Amino acid sequence: MIKYIFKRFYHMILVLFIVSIIVFFVMSFTGDPVLMLVPLDATQAQIDAARIELGLDQPLLVQYGIFLKNLLRGDLGNSYAFKQSAIKLIIERMPATFELVVFSIIISIFLAIPLGVYAGAYPKKRSSKTIMLASLLGISLPNFWVGMMLIFIFAVQLQVMPSFGRGDIIEIVGLRLSILTKDGLKHLILPAVMLSIQSMAVLLRLTRAGMMEVMKQDFIKFARAKGALTRTILFKHALKNVLIPVITVFGIQIGKIIAFATVTETIFAWPGMGKLLIDSINRSDRPVIVAYLLVVSFIFVCLNFFVDLMYTFIDPRIDLR
Amino acid sequence: MTKLKIGVLSASVNAENKWSQFLQSEFYFNYKRNIAAIAGTILIILFLLMATVGPLLVPQNPYNLQEISILDAYKPPAWAEDGELRYLLGTDSQGRDILSSIVYGTRVSLFIGITGMLFSCIIGTVLGLVAGFFGGKIDSLIMRIADIQLSFPATLIALFIMSISGRGIVNLLIALTLVGWVIYARTVRGATLAEKKKEYIEAVKVIGLPNYKILFKHILPNVFTSTIVIATIQVGSFVLTEATLSFLGVGVPVTRPSLGLLVKNGYDVLFSGLWWASTFPGLFIMLLVFGINMLGDFMRDELNPRLK
Repeated sequence: MIKYIFKRFYHMILVLFIVSIIVFFVMSFTGDPVLMLVPLDATQAQIDAARIELGLDQPLLVQYGIFLKNLLRGDLGNSYAFKQSAIKLIIERMPATFELVVFSIIISIFLAIPLGVYAGAYPKKRSSKTIMLASLLGISLPNFWVGMMLIFIFAVQLQVMPSFGRGDIIEIVGLRLSILTKDGLKHLILPAVMLSIQSMAVLLRLTRAGMMEVMKQDFIKFARAKGALTRTILFKHALKNVLIPVITVFGIQIGKIIAFATVTETIFAWPGMGKLLIDSINRSDRPVIVAYLLVVSFIFVCLNFFVDLMYTFIDPRIDLR
Repeated sequence: MTKLKIGVLSASVNAENKWSQFLQSEFYFNYKRNIAAIAGTILIILFLLMATVGPLLVPQNPYNLQEISILDAYKPPAWAEDGELRYLLGTDSQGRDILSSIVYGTRVSLFIGITGMLFSCIIGTVLGLVAGFFGGKIDSLIMRIADIQLSFPATLIALFIMSISGRGIVNLLIALTLVGWVIYARTVRGATLAEKKKEYIEAVKVIGLPNYKILFKHILPNVFTSTIVIATIQVGSFVLTEATLSFLGVGVPVTRPSLGLLVKNGYDVLFSGLWWASTFPGLFIMLLVFGINMLGDFMRDELNPRLK
């Protein structure tokens, strides 16, 4: 077990290293950051001085070394637009994104799993077929468009929901959260619903497919013969065996939700790191883009690591080698 | 000459046989009874017609400045008050007919979805064949790259590529191909591994056929079916990805708006009450992708023997 953890850990570092190489080299071939920093009327001498100061006159490999050294100290340069540490900007906005992401995940789990169990246990019923068609529609919906329609219906027409921002925020142990205030919760609902639709549909379909396979097996027939309650059979005997593929995909889904949070945050002007990314792309604020990519890669890699570890706790049959 | 004729004749007889075989197959039998699959096919055909002959039927070319008039701006759909029959779904802030814009936008969206799929399919299939057939170092290299890539969401990778390369249809196709090949490579590699062990491959190896002939003439036809479902569904997901990127401002150029960019243009005026400029393009994206997914879903269930 410990050996496995070390092996996975090594793999994790390797992936992050590769990502840092790709990000660094791709970024150094696109545009000259010096021109973004110096004033528009700078003389050639000033430009050269700035270049030397940034270390950009060095060969690429040396530059990468400097980049890596700074990276390990958590320094990815200053944002051109905000004139402060790019990584700090990202971390400041992280709680807002996580709040949104976690809330959407909760919504999608609580709706998708029971519906998926039902649709998988009774696949021939008309209601199950309707659920499946609805989930297919959920996958086909353009995410951003749903957000706009939600804004148009609930904020512009009915005027019952706010259309942008986080609302009232309270600070708990250093985290600025809006979910705990009434106004903040109101601001959170529409973006979270928009963000949860797609992963809800995917989870539902996966749960259903797993349930359909499990329900054919002997131990389910045995539980039925024994006279166990349907509820016990579905949620205790069957669901447990369905959870493994669901959890695998769920790790990927969380990654997807974080990626799609960029869209949601842009539409609802939610001040998270996704909106920061899109704004920075539009401003060509390179240090922030790089910082975002590295921070998000780190999150994804950790996420995959934990998903892999969770397998063993759920299913002892899985062989770690 | 006669030889050629016979060849053509036998080919047509062959095609006819295949067709009647298909009509008697279980696949077609189930297809006839699956309303969702038929609805999906109809939607796909309608969209293909719209993209090919649609421009001939709509009232204007929204990108020909001589055909649009600013006086017609902000017209609501035909059934609303002050709507005009000429502008069935209303006009945008510059007097462009929304329906015409949608028809031209569908062209761009479908072109990107289908071309992106073809590139991904070709590159992914070749890499998968090579990885599965030769094994060893090249296999582990290709599969490592695929593994690393799969731990990041496709949309995010595409967003990153587009943010560096800038908007444009060619850049978009490159980005989609770079994220799309992985799934084919994995599937085809798995199928190739299974196929490689079979006797007929042993036989052609004994004959001494060169590797490329074995790969493309003998293995490829047998692993190709596994990619059909993926390819179908991928067109839909590419249309969505492209729409998302265009919405974020890093997709198609402003001069060739896709459905996604139309939604974005509509978003800018949504708060001033021009709801039709964004609602209808989005609705068309949904219908297109829904159609593709309905058909793809049916095909996946049919071609996946595990579910039967």
